[in-house]
Amino acid sequence: MLDGPLIPRNRAIHPDPYDPGYKTTVARSPNLPLLSMDSTPAEETGPRFGHSTIGALDNNLILNWTRGAAPAVGERILMYGRVLDEHGRAVPNTLVEIWQANAGGRYRHKKDGYLAPLDPNFGGCGRTLTDEQGRYQFLTIRPGAYPWPNRGNDWRPMHIHISVFGHSFGQRLITQMYFEGDPLIPICPIAATIKDRAQLDRLVAPLDMAASKPLDYLAYKFDIVLRGRRQSMFENKPEGM
Amino acid sequence: MVQKLDMLQETPSQTAGPYVHIGMMPTYAGNADTFEQEIGTSPIADGAQGEVIEITGSVYDGTGWAMRDAMIESWQPDAQGKFAGQDGADPKVSGFCRFAADADTGEFCLRTIKPGPVATSDGTLQAPHIALWIVARGINIGLQTRIYFEDEDNSKDPILARIEQRPRVDTLIAKKTGPRQYRFDIRLQGDGETVFLDM
Repeated sequence: MLDGPLIPRNRAIHPDPYDPGYKTTVARSPNLPLLSMDSTPAEETGPRFGHSTIGALDNNLILNWTRGAAPAVGERILMYGRVLDEHGRAVPNTLVEIWQANAGGRYRHKKDGYLAPLDPNFGGCGRTLTDEQGRYQFLTIRPGAYPWPNRGNDWRPMHIHISVFGHSFGQRLITQMYFEGDPLIPICPIAATIKDRAQLDRLVAPLDMAASKPLDYLAYKFDIVLRGRRQSMFENKPEGM
Repeated sequence: MVQKLDMLQETPSQTAGPYVHIGMMPTYAGNADTFEQEIGTSPIADGAQGEVIEITGSVYDGTGWAMRDAMIESWQPDAQGKFAGQDGADPKVSGFCRFAADADTGEFCLRTIKPGPVATSDGTLQAPHIALWIVARGINIGLQTRIYFEDEDNSKDPILARIEQRPRVDTLIAKKTGPRQYRFDIRLQGDGETVFLDM
């Protein structure tokens, strides 16, 4: 049974918490080592969300901001994929949330004052539950690249933020999906917080013409892997228990 | 060549960025009408059993500045120590909440019920605690920590017992500031740096 503690996180594949190229990390990364421990019930359980929470247009960012009244401006895309665990098993019925800038690279957020205008028909946020095979999909527009204050002239590649729950709080993950062929990826300090280029490549979604719809949208595939759990068969119990 | 392990690797994390609220707390981002039902607005419903408490605090960066953009998720059991979905759990306790630092003051507030102690699979009992997950611009991978309570018996908690430098245990313990009121500050770096977990 794969219901033991969570498989310890392999931090080598993740970004360095402290990375001076991304200036904000300098004062926001712990100096001291994290406390290593086996997961316990608080990390092995987690919130579940039902279908009743999710609205019919929640995974359609082209239409959800206007409740279907008018489509957003931009290159229409389908973002789709599967949520799996480290054993390759589908993670069904789990919440996937995304948020992104509009086609001009502007976020609908009270703190974003970029020159590019808001699109009155675009909110920039969506959510869905995976199906029994762990599949999810969003219809949206390709977000624009945008400049941000870091070094003199840093730009974010086109990207979509993704939040995934899994079935336990210790699996919680936020990441970003990039787009195949974007020349800004290799010069982005945030992408570069991942030191192993092969790992960064796992965040780049390929164009999938077979899943695109003629005369409507292009498709990009993005699979997500969450932590798995160890088998519980040979878990040690304290003597006498 | 040896055999291949039939395993996948976890997807690498990336920062949640400054606009995390758009996706996770749309009302906070100024987009109140995004969804008919926003998730994580409260960990309890009316009628939840137990003592209703408020935990106030800030997330400080390494310069001592209270961050205005931090977002936190909490996950906890009910007053009997049972998590939502477990047999006998209080149906009025979802146990999950999202809350953010105030954009002007940097202060957050979690209103919930005091959780009960949690039995683990090896038979030990963990002192009452709330699990936290902190994300923000400049945090490249979400930080995990816990809130314990100074008015509970924390002496036998197996996680706190693992902290070698005993003064650091205090960083995980909420201080009682009044009836049903607690203070819990999180320091990402430097003096009094919070103990973060890697499990």
